[in-house]
Amino acid sequence: MRVWLPYPLLFFGLLTVWLLINQSLSVGQIILGSILSALLVWIMANLKPHKSVLRRTRLFLPLAAHIAVDVFRSNMAVMMVILRAGRRPLNSGFLTMKIELEDENALAMLACILTATPGTAWLEHDRQTKLLTLHVLDLENEQYWIDLITRRYVTPLKEIFG
Amino acid sequence: MSYVTDLPVWAAMIVCLLLLAGSGLTLIGALGLLKLDTFYSRLHAPTLAASGGVLLISLASMICFAVLQSRWIFHEVLIVSFVVLTTPVTLMMLGQSALYRDRFESKNDVPSKPLGEALDPELDKGAGV
Repeated sequence: MRVWLPYPLLFFGLLTVWLLINQSLSVGQIILGSILSALLVWIMANLKPHKSVLRRTRLFLPLAAHIAVDVFRSNMAVMMVILRAGRRPLNSGFLTMKIELEDENALAMLACILTATPGTAWLEHDRQTKLLTLHVLDLENEQYWIDLITRRYVTPLKEIFG
Repeated sequence: MSYVTDLPVWAAMIVCLLLLAGSGLTLIGALGLLKLDTFYSRLHAPTLAASGGVLLISLASMICFAVLQSRWIFHEVLIVSFVVLTTPVTLMMLGQSALYRDRFESKNDVPSKPLGEALDPELDKGAGV
């Protein structure tokens, strides 16, 4: 089983997604979906993804709520900055901060969160020094941003991914 | 496109408002590309479209097709998740190439590459080693 189908959950997940996208349960679609899913699962097995252990999954809910609020707020903030650009000088700048996360998937999730909230752009992360370089559009107070990112995202992600 | 007439008025209003808000946000993001002055600030402008714009337009589409009951709202969920998962990749590529060029030419006051001792040489080899 492990040799032929290394990720059974991923296989059935992909097959379900395929059938839902096509909105049909015909034999042809099931065969086509199975072939595609088997191929993708095989590619995934060759990529050898890092497996994370999720410790406290119930922390995802408050994290998601924070993200929703922050996505809304930062959209509004960036919108105002763009509309005011030209009339007021921009105080954007680089920010370097230390991220105490080691897990690859936790870092990937942090990158997705920071990208989905406009106003912060992830530029560079060094896994040796654990330093993350960000570009912030409205950088009034550096310490404010460092505290915000650490408190809202890094701490919960660290607890979830152990 | 005859389905628009099948929508009840309240739903049509919500869908229109969400669509206008989403496309307005995307337009402002595009304006940002014109108005902002440095490359790094312009990097932020299209993320407006990739987060707020996509969310609002997908929400409008979800409400429209949920009310019409013509198909499942699964496509929109997929669109949002693919956009959220793939934008960091292009953003990081653009950002890193700009950083690399600016460091090489020492322009734009970019922060220098953080120096430090290599803690664990295995880290740089990536996954699956």
